[in-house]
Amino acid sequence: MSNGPIIETRDLRKVYRVGKVDVQALRGVDLTVQAGEFLSIVGPSGSGKSTLFHIIGGLTPPTSGQVRVAGQDLASMTDAGRTRMRKRSVGFVFQKFNLLPNLTARHNIAVARFIAGNTGPLDGQFEEVLGLLGVAQRLDHKPAALSGGEQQRIAIARAIVNHPAILLADEPTGNLDSENSKAVLEVLRGLNERLGQTILMITHNPEAAAYGHRIVNMRDGQIIC
Amino acid sequence: MTGRLVLENLKHRPMRSLLSVLLMGVPVTLILALVGLTQGLLQDSQRRQQNTGADIIIRASTASGVVNFSGATIPEKVVAKIEEQPHVKLAVGVLNHNIDLPLVVTGVDLARFDRMSGGFVYKAGGPFRGPDDVLIDEAYAAQTHKTVGDRVTLLNHAWRVAGIIEPGKLARIAVQLRVLQDLDAATGKVGQIYVKVDDPANIDAVVRELNALETGYKINTLEEYLAMWTPGRFNGVKEFTVVIMVIGVVIGFCVVCLSMYMSVLQRTREIGILKSLGATKGFILTIIEAEAMLLGVGGTVLGIIMSFGACWLVRTLVPASIPMIVVHSWWPLAGLITLLGAGLGALYPGLSAARQDPIEALSYE
Repeated sequence: MSNGPIIETRDLRKVYRVGKVDVQALRGVDLTVQAGEFLSIVGPSGSGKSTLFHIIGGLTPPTSGQVRVAGQDLASMTDAGRTRMRKRSVGFVFQKFNLLPNLTARHNIAVARFIAGNTGPLDGQFEEVLGLLGVAQRLDHKPAALSGGEQQRIAIARAIVNHPAILLADEPTGNLDSENSKAVLEVLRGLNERLGQTILMITHNPEAAAYGHRIVNMRDGQIIC
Repeated sequence: MTGRLVLENLKHRPMRSLLSVLLMGVPVTLILALVGLTQGLLQDSQRRQQNTGADIIIRASTASGVVNFSGATIPEKVVAKIEEQPHVKLAVGVLNHNIDLPLVVTGVDLARFDRMSGGFVYKAGGPFRGPDDVLIDEAYAAQTHKTVGDRVTLLNHAWRVAGIIEPGKLARIAVQLRVLQDLDAATGKVGQIYVKVDDPANIDAVVRELNALETGYKINTLEEYLAMWTPGRFNGVKEFTVVIMVIGVVIGFCVVCLSMYMSVLQRTREIGILKSLGATKGFILTIIEAEAMLLGVGGTVLGIIMSFGACWLVRTLVPASIPMIVVHSWWPLAGLITLLGAGLGALYPGLSAARQDPIEALSYE
């Protein structure tokens, strides 16, 4: 863990309009994440952690405040700019795996590379990562033929295939049993330790959160410690 | 990769894909069937005129269109007068009486017509033996299930099938000229005259001579006459074809719009996934449009295959009335019409998908 902050937010606010009511999802979040850090964000439902995740991942713009990810100012970015950022700077891992059901695991990974403009052969380091994930033999299966743990490991492979600056994991063990949860968390830890991958993980599970170098608690749209 | 994504999406919902292809194929079949019908009728008629062996055709002054159904208005003595002209080898007057369009009974002097054309080719039976004899071609025989010796009622008159002739020469149904003249109360009159000249090099000269007689009849070389047989000469056919093409575009548009809209709804989460991976709006739109185009190509191919089926069915059921053909030259246009409908139809669902909010799409159940 080194090389200065890769994520910086200052007074980050997000207000959603639900019907005629404004809902303040984030109420001035200040957060700094160092490059190579494995950060766990915990908090109850509605605490704003997913909103923070979506803003850092460039899926939605903030209402106000500053947010810099991998040197890019997301607050002033257009929708097209955030789309470009998602191609290369951020990788997502979701609770529900979110693999494309029509494609094999191999093609799920390939589509992420294609969208990012990488059409050449896989690099050696990624082949090594596939070995680390333990899914090298399952690449020609479609998601329906894979276990939850395998699907999540494929999703991790897909998220890091373009060597993103940050890996954002939203409840990555939420749909897994304890054995698979442990395997996935070990994979994340391995990626962080061996490749220096910066990871931001949202979780409800204190045991999962303990895999991070640091734990941030959120409540009512604010970081409380 | 885009191709694989598109193909796998279509394979993932085979029933939707197949139904879409089928529905898009229907207007292609309709267009090709309509064109095959008009072109088939034209080609069949042209072939029958061409094989008469005539070089010039003379039609009544009242013949307003290409097909002469203007009745017997030319006195038979005109035939004799034409034959007296220099370089005219033979003139044969015929009388047409339409029954169920496009079927026509032709009254002909068989001996003279044989001299001009080389005669009918008999597949069964032979020439007229009595006044109530009729010759029918193989297509009409197949359509009406008649054979030599059978009775057939035409023009409220009972005829005996004397011979079954090879199709493609003058008439599908031929009777003796005198008998038809009597039935039509047109004794001594014919409807049109076929003229054969001694040397093809003299055709134009003979036409000039005949025009100089100032008979008022329409005189054309057979080449000119055959060139008139185009769909555009038949009132309404061109407009009807355009209407069918527009309907094809509309059906293609509706089918694809509905199909792709349903597809986009079903794949909302997948669109969210692609967006989370950094897929641009253009990429999403491209996938939806490419799927629609692939459905359009499938619809075109299926429509062409179905047009063969339609052609076979029509030619089996009514080979004489509707000598339908498959017009290959219309395949690209039918395909373009389908792809136009598909492309337009996919635009709204594609734009809807491209504009989807990634977070809402990802949370879609």
